[in-house]
Amino acid sequence: MNIVVCIKQVPDSWAEKKLRAGDSTLDRDSADAVLNELDEYAIEEALQLTEAHGGEVTVVCMGPEKAAETVRKALSMGAHKGVHLSDPALHGSDAVATSEALAAVIAPLGADLVILGSESTDARMAVLPSMLAERLGLPQLTFAGKVVVEGTTVRIQRLTEDGYHVVEASTPALVSVVEKINEPRYPSFKGIMAAKKKPVSTLTLAQAGVPAGQVGLPGAWSEVVDFAVRPPRQAGTVITDDGDGGTKLAEFLVGQKLV
Amino acid sequence: MAEILVLVDHVEGTVKKVTLELLTLARSLGEPAAVVAGRGAATAAPTLAEYGATTVYLADDPAYDDHPAAPKAELLAAVVARSAPAAVLVAAGVEGKEVGARLAVKIGSGIITDAIDVSPELVATQSVFGGSTVVHSRVSRGVPVIAVRPNSTAPVAAPAAGTIVEVAVELSAAARAARVVERVVQEKGARPELTEAAIVVSGGRGLGGPENFALIERLADTIGAAVGASRAATDAGWYPHQHQVGQTGKTVSPQLYVATGISGAIQHRAGMQTSKTIVAINKDPEAPIFELVDFGVVGDLFQVVPQLTEKLAKHRS
Repeated sequence: MNIVVCIKQVPDSWAEKKLRAGDSTLDRDSADAVLNELDEYAIEEALQLTEAHGGEVTVVCMGPEKAAETVRKALSMGAHKGVHLSDPALHGSDAVATSEALAAVIAPLGADLVILGSESTDARMAVLPSMLAERLGLPQLTFAGKVVVEGTTVRIQRLTEDGYHVVEASTPALVSVVEKINEPRYPSFKGIMAAKKKPVSTLTLAQAGVPAGQVGLPGAWSEVVDFAVRPPRQAGTVITDDGDGGTKLAEFLVGQKLV
Repeated sequence: MAEILVLVDHVEGTVKKVTLELLTLARSLGEPAAVVAGRGAATAAPTLAEYGATTVYLADDPAYDDHPAAPKAELLAAVVARSAPAAVLVAAGVEGKEVGARLAVKIGSGIITDAIDVSPELVATQSVFGGSTVVHSRVSRGVPVIAVRPNSTAPVAAPAAGTIVEVAVELSAAARAARVVERVVQEKGARPELTEAAIVVSGGRGLGGPENFALIERLADTIGAAVGASRAATDAGWYPHQHQVGQTGKTVSPQLYVATGISGAIQHRAGMQTSKTIVAINKDPEAPIFELVDFGVVGDLFQVVPQLTEKLAKHRS
């Protein structure tokens, strides 16, 4: 079974993030760029499925030139090949535009499964999987805590507030995963060496067949009016427990009418 | 006045609080109209009218429950075509965002997610990067689709006509391609839902093991709170993943957030920083969580939490 995994390069989720004053886009230089953490789970799941059922994993990444590092990271984990959509005209693309560009790259690959992390840790919109399912006409098996493939049937556990739903569809299908699903492997030294020789095709918008006016800031379907950095919270009272810390906290909560 | 469509979140006709919030918000933007689908949809209608829906678009086909997201997007697209609304509001939960995402693509519109407010000019306020930045944005093409976070508006009743308009949509085969074949309930309790709760009590690494979450649950039940957990706790398997608050989990914005045994790494702060009041109990005086608190106790949570629970129980009785 051939699987496409969508990956994104994001600022390290453990670092502070900020917007750029000029065009209100994410300041990608303000923090280390890493593979979106939830995408590691998507890659791991794809690798486990191809290890069990055969086939290849192709990672698809849209992002600036620097995102090539992220494609290599995925290849070093074990993905077989990469496609990197990179074009200056993509800068500032919103989710609707991004889904159009990615759909244009993914559709011709004819994968049995498309797997994504449920969201990116920078924008956190969690809309890409559904948008791609809509554009590609694929059944949507999203928010999966478990994926099982039997022949041409894909079955997931879709996490809900109080448990899960079992949702199934026939391939080809689209799956998004949450971090509960597996434990992503670390790239081995051998994997890192092998990744250097794995094929990566870099596409421009024209090569992907996406009109430049449809994407980037000019093609965006939504716009930032303004933004402001919120002042840090005023530091409150911190006491050290001398045997009555719980009582004092209770008094604070009652005094503030919070309980 | 143009309609503002609100996609109703309900369980067999019992309307979720977030929908009442959305209807309240919609009244400041235009004429609120509810779109309610699935089993028990008709039962929801009176509540929707009570909270200001002038029209209730009703589709009580069970197919809306049996196939995730896609059928509701087709229904909303059909209602949008018929009502030409000024905006569509959905709840910023898993399914609300999924439906909104598909709808945006379907009708050729922009989408904004996780709004905490929407102005009458349809400019949305978002709190991003874990609450460190406030962004105002708007949809520049199409009918704005806006996913609004729970707890953004206080729900206020304002009875309206609630005229029922039945909508029958011929759902596409593609929308029915993914099928819900089983529903498994793993925990059923009286606790409020995490993202909707007015009070959240969370536990982290400091609890030392899954058995000690009982301490957190007792405190939560004493004050009618939902239970949250840090990623350290859910990764260790101490508490179910659905309860994770943080960058890769849920974002909560309750009136009161109680962090116990949580250091407050950015991963966690990103999910709770916009809570109105924050209190914390941690044995490490250097824990970054104390930079956020309105009231903090440096101490052993195994001493402080039971004492706090006991005092609050006494206060409430």
